[in-house]
Amino acid sequence: MRRQVISRIGLRHFRSHRKVDLEFDGRPMAIFGPNGAGKTNLIEAISLLSPGRGLRRATSDDFVRRPEALGWKITASLGSGHDIETWAEPGAGRQVRIDGKAQPQVALGRIVRLLWLVPTMDRLWIEGADGRRRFLDRAALSLDPGHAEAVLSYDRAMRERNRLLKDMVRDSHWYTALEMQMAASGHLITEGRRAAISALMSAQAVASDVFPASRLSLSHAEGDLPDGEDALRTALADGRARDLAAGRTLIGPHRCDLEAVWEAKDMAARDCSTGEQKALLISLILANVRALGEGSPRILLLDEVAAHLDAGRRAALYDEIRALGVQAFMTGTGPELFDDLGASGQFLEVTDENGESVVRYAD
Amino acid sequence: MTDGPSEDIEALIDLMARLPGLGPRSARRAVLHLIQKRGKLMLPLAQAMQAVGSTARECLNCGNIGTSDICGICDNPKRASGQICVVEDVADLWAMERANVFSGRYHVLGGTLSALDAIGPEDLRIPKLLDRVITEEITEVILALSATIDGQTTAHYIADQLPGVSVTSLAQGVPVGGELDYLDDGTITAALKARRSL
Repeated sequence: MRRQVISRIGLRHFRSHRKVDLEFDGRPMAIFGPNGAGKTNLIEAISLLSPGRGLRRATSDDFVRRPEALGWKITASLGSGHDIETWAEPGAGRQVRIDGKAQPQVALGRIVRLLWLVPTMDRLWIEGADGRRRFLDRAALSLDPGHAEAVLSYDRAMRERNRLLKDMVRDSHWYTALEMQMAASGHLITEGRRAAISALMSAQAVASDVFPASRLSLSHAEGDLPDGEDALRTALADGRARDLAAGRTLIGPHRCDLEAVWEAKDMAARDCSTGEQKALLISLILANVRALGEGSPRILLLDEVAAHLDAGRRAALYDEIRALGVQAFMTGTGPELFDDLGASGQFLEVTDENGESVVRYAD
Repeated sequence: MTDGPSEDIEALIDLMARLPGLGPRSARRAVLHLIQKRGKLMLPLAQAMQAVGSTARECLNCGNIGTSDICGICDNPKRASGQICVVEDVADLWAMERANVFSGRYHVLGGTLSALDAIGPEDLRIPKLLDRVITEEITEVILALSATIDGQTTAHYIADQLPGVSVTSLAQGVPVGGELDYLDDGTITAALKARRSL
């Protein structure tokens, strides 16, 4: 059987990289180099092999290498035989081609399953609910690629409804038409999120002591989220007067939150120490990888993850990655952070030379 | 100054280049071709354009484009079948007519509902449609709208206001002569949901 990995990637005029071509054999990849050299840019390029705006949530124009501003392109080959191209012309949106055929971005979710952890997520448990919803939706998307379409449809219909609310439109038929679609896609979103939560919970049952298990649940900003498509539709219709006063939609999956409790200590994630919160997050990401099972490539991007872990936790993380057989890309400032990987890892050094990132194999 | 086409010819090329599907190069080629076939093509074309330009108008009833106030379809008593097919624009109507399978009348909305683009029911001839359902004694409204969020919102919007009339929509699924292998998951899901017994 061919290994389910990204076997090759090419970057053209992408952020600090002018022209980079790399081959991977599926071993954990340690990417090191000084700050600002272009390590994160490299894994950001890999993150664009999934639908959406990548691990920095950037726009297509942000990816353009300056000063040329020629547009950018990323190509990749998968062990499964698929070839992916994604690019944007200056000022235009991102395009995707799979095996030479134009495809919508959501099609990427069906051939690569990508998860990531970036330093901005360190504050996931203490900041706003939207970050946690995104985290949960990404987990749901990794388990069911169709989740992305439900999220997009719901979002579009809700923005339409919010526009009507802001403009004080009182045409009840128009609201009904939009609420039907919000209820249909909203129900799918909630189902997907619940499935993701239960998959994550059962996958972390075997979690090690280093990465703790957590109890997850879905909460809703205002009371309980109506259960089922019909209930959601009725609740949206009943809530029109209140929503009109607020100028936006007050109930629905967009007001949900992911709650996590450290199982062993019975302590809410937001009350845990910074280090514990990080361990909890890594534990969930690893559970997510485990829940994916094998099939299409499973890719894990860990930006600056090693820096926040003590030597013991680092070694445990590398052990987990090896045991899971997931293709991991990790960044860190120095090679010593990855000492425990030894020969089981592949090493890349990224340096800046005259405003251009240079990438070298360092094994 | 270079010795290119004269000013008048340049102006004609510029106009042609604004047509859908034509760019500056193809417009130049088309104009050159027209000039070479002046008697056979260019003058008849100019006359035809003159004629259609002064008579073309939207049908007051359905929004189809024709050369009279009421289009040939609305004017034809044989097409008063009690069925009305709702489409987004005239190109959709003409596509349906090409297939030559529908014997009822049409209603062209001129777009889809979109709060974000400030397109409301009044902009879309929806009130006129609701009128016609009553005055033309319509028994079935067939919605032939895009499978996008806006298209479906418009479909639900119309259906919601027509109790007592049968409202149907075109089927979604495997295209005729299509192979499953090439279909996206959404289409396959829709096709499976809309399956029927043989």
